[in-house]
Amino acid sequence: MRYLPHTQEEIQDMLEKTGHSSLEDLFASIPADCRMNTSWDLPEAMTEWELNDHMAALAAGMKVNERSKVFVGAGSYHHYMPETVRHLMGRSEFLTAYTPYQPEMAQGTLQGIFEYQTLTARLLGMDAVNASMYDGASALAEALLMGLRVAKKKNKVAVSQAIHPHYRAVAQAYLAPTSYELVELPILEDGRTDLSSLTDMDDLAAVALQSPNFFGVIEDLEQATQVIHAAGSLSITCFSEAFAYGLLKNPGQCGVDIVCGEGQSFGLPRSLGGPGLGMFGCRQKLVRNLPGRLVGETKDLDGKRGFVLTLATREQHIRREKATSNICSNQGICAMTAAAYMASLGRTGLREMARLNYDKSEYLKKELIKAGAQLTFSGPTFNEFVVHFTDDFRPVYDRLLQKNIVAGLELGTWYPKLQSHYLFCVTETLSRQDMDTIIEEIKA
Amino acid sequence: MNKTPGTSGLILDEPLLWEKGKPGRHAMSIPSSDVPAAPMDESLLGAEVDFPDLSEVDVVRHYTRLSQWNFGVDTGMYPLGSCTMKYNPKINEKHAATPAFAAAHPMLGDTHIQGVLQIMYELQHFLAEITGLDAVSLQPAAGAHGELTGMLIFHKYHTSHNSRRSKILIPDTAHGTNPASAALCGYKAIPVKSNARGMLDKNDVAALMDEDTAGIMLTNPNTLGLFEQQIREIADIVHAKGGLVYGDGANMNAVLGVVDAKKCGIDVLHLNLHKTFSTPHGGGGPGAGPVCVTKDLEQFLPVPRAVKEGDTYRLMTDQSQSIGRVHGFHGNFGVLIRAYSYILSMGAKGLNMASQLAVLNANYIRAHLKDTFHLAYETPCMHECVFSDKNQHDYKVSTLDIAKRLIDYGFHPPTIYFPLVVPGAIMIEPTETECKDDLDQFIATMKRIAHEAEHQPELLHNAPSRCKVKRLDEVTAARCPCLIGTAQADD
Repeated sequence: MRYLPHTQEEIQDMLEKTGHSSLEDLFASIPADCRMNTSWDLPEAMTEWELNDHMAALAAGMKVNERSKVFVGAGSYHHYMPETVRHLMGRSEFLTAYTPYQPEMAQGTLQGIFEYQTLTARLLGMDAVNASMYDGASALAEALLMGLRVAKKKNKVAVSQAIHPHYRAVAQAYLAPTSYELVELPILEDGRTDLSSLTDMDDLAAVALQSPNFFGVIEDLEQATQVIHAAGSLSITCFSEAFAYGLLKNPGQCGVDIVCGEGQSFGLPRSLGGPGLGMFGCRQKLVRNLPGRLVGETKDLDGKRGFVLTLATREQHIRREKATSNICSNQGICAMTAAAYMASLGRTGLREMARLNYDKSEYLKKELIKAGAQLTFSGPTFNEFVVHFTDDFRPVYDRLLQKNIVAGLELGTWYPKLQSHYLFCVTETLSRQDMDTIIEEIKA
Repeated sequence: MNKTPGTSGLILDEPLLWEKGKPGRHAMSIPSSDVPAAPMDESLLGAEVDFPDLSEVDVVRHYTRLSQWNFGVDTGMYPLGSCTMKYNPKINEKHAATPAFAAAHPMLGDTHIQGVLQIMYELQHFLAEITGLDAVSLQPAAGAHGELTGMLIFHKYHTSHNSRRSKILIPDTAHGTNPASAALCGYKAIPVKSNARGMLDKNDVAALMDEDTAGIMLTNPNTLGLFEQQIREIADIVHAKGGLVYGDGANMNAVLGVVDAKKCGIDVLHLNLHKTFSTPHGGGGPGAGPVCVTKDLEQFLPVPRAVKEGDTYRLMTDQSQSIGRVHGFHGNFGVLIRAYSYILSMGAKGLNMASQLAVLNANYIRAHLKDTFHLAYETPCMHECVFSDKNQHDYKVSTLDIAKRLIDYGFHPPTIYFPLVVPGAIMIEPTETECKDDLDQFIATMKRIAHEAEHQPELLHNAPSRCKVKRLDEVTAARCPCLIGTAQADD
């Protein structure tokens, strides 16, 4: 096996030094009743070339693939990825390093994560951003737990039903064994969250909205945060499409206290939903309650600028069971990738690309309405929106699939009331011609 | 002695991203619009985000220079105990980047994505085979996430048996994340002390285990690199009181093909694919922490999981006792592909051989260094060995100094000051992918450092001297945290 460097002669020499009679003898301390005594049902080892063929065959089994035009976002978005970002982040000095426990030989990772924290803080309008969480969903769960920690004696958190259903499911799973209560807030006609029940709730530590929400609808974060604060709760905003903040007012500007969401749009492939990037930030006054790793700037013995992992006293290896989270490994290289992507876009590029996403989705929205579709929600949207059709859309969907176009996502699975309502997403990767093909097929 | 790899070279400085660039530069092609500009409600519009404008060359030089300040497994030996820093095969990167897999959308119907579902299904099967357990969830995104998933399963299991339990036993030789994971599920961690041989004693467990205790979380081999010989009896004690046994599989690299987790009495076990199954750690992730369970606990696993019906793969969500979801989609799928690729490359014999050589390498280092550095326990070790700085105390040299001096010689230091049961611990895990020549060089270097400690301790106190930076002021960093850069993009 090419990954195992030992020659037979070396193995013999080494066994002699350790005082073992054979390789098996190294395991003499393991009791007989703990031993594996059946042979594994695993395929024979493949050569690199056999493995390439095997993977190619699996790839061929993907009916929807890299050539498909996918008008589906719902938490996982197709954006163009510069070759430079892919190339640089594939450098093994970054990729094959561990968490930077020895800062003197990990300054590349540390400066890179510090830059990620900074650019992300600017994007979201937050004072501090951590070195990443697993994904948008677990970031929401951690944000709710953080809200409960900060509020101390309060016992309840509220989440909008317009938050990605999978994110809500993860939050539920995290909170299930605790004594905390998770309540859901209904959706208004315009697709925004109904906050009217907040005034009747006491004991509410935090309220979480998603903006743009699962339906693509942009919440009125400023107004919502005022209502949430008036109810004595912390305001949490989550998101699944980071590009939105290239165009929209950021949550910080709207007074939000904690922001959490998915950064996959910034340079990461969809890859069946992972690895993604949990972005997580908060206001200065909440920093010591922040979960996860943080990189900070400092100086070395000669007064030279350098970076280290810091505020570790919040973390599990020091605070043990009183830690702000159990997270250890996070999504390191994904955070670096997002930083390289944000740096590649720059101030002007981010704005142009976000605008392009908005304009394209507005074009499709308008054309679909002209072709007879009805908007499900009246609120403003970013690059996703929900429509329904008077006639059954399924035959059109199937015909488009034959043309390698995935025309939206039917929402009945997640929202029974939205059976035969379709969530469409348009990013810069889809052309006017692709959109016109959908319209032609509807009219056909 | 042999020459060491450490030497000094030209290091180029590089400012922070926002300290360079000029407004108007681009490092990414922006497509021109083929649709009319749409009107937008001005009240929703934010200001432009304060990112620097850089050229493509600016970005490329920036990250290339940063990368040169880093040390990875591809650079050299990285014997970080408990982290299994083995070689990360390059072919796995190619497979993870397969265009059809990279483009796979997580919300589409099963028939659209058969290729990736087959990978999930087969990987679930491989991991069940390898551990000896019955069912697997691939969702957890890291080891600690696997632990949390395991604790959620414990909780749900007890609830389903109309039992509310408030405590959990955690040995002092378990992984650092265990207490925090248990605390998230409301369990109070009850520490169990290891004995003079560095192992758990069944009598200590019996004395603490009761019907208010959900079970035990143990790491086997433990963080001292020792196999818990009484695990079978300990599991029986825990089970007899209605508890469950959680196995932290972070150290699985020691026992592939040797130990059967189910026969050990383990009910739930997580694996770290970024350790045992060779996926790169990325300077802190992403990893993957799949959870394997016995048949009895299968009903509690997160949903969805991949199943096979006839020739079709499907995502199964109907499982009424499930703890729900722990990840937005299907876990770190890109990491799962790499592990799948690794298992197919190694085969059963290769995986077993990897463990044998990992244990051989650790024992070889132990045998060579035990007369130089103080060995914490005399018990035979598995894939890692733990020394301490006890022999160097007289020279006022600490574990930290020894670690920093190793950097000058071109080695990543071992894990230090962990496990906590060994004061000044130096925890060395060479892994199977280090060849004898490199081990010999490492051993010679450790001996040289021990000699320096005695005769020229200032060399250790002043180390490292060959990196971009010297020792960093971590105290000030924590006291006055500077977590984001303050300079403006165009300054």
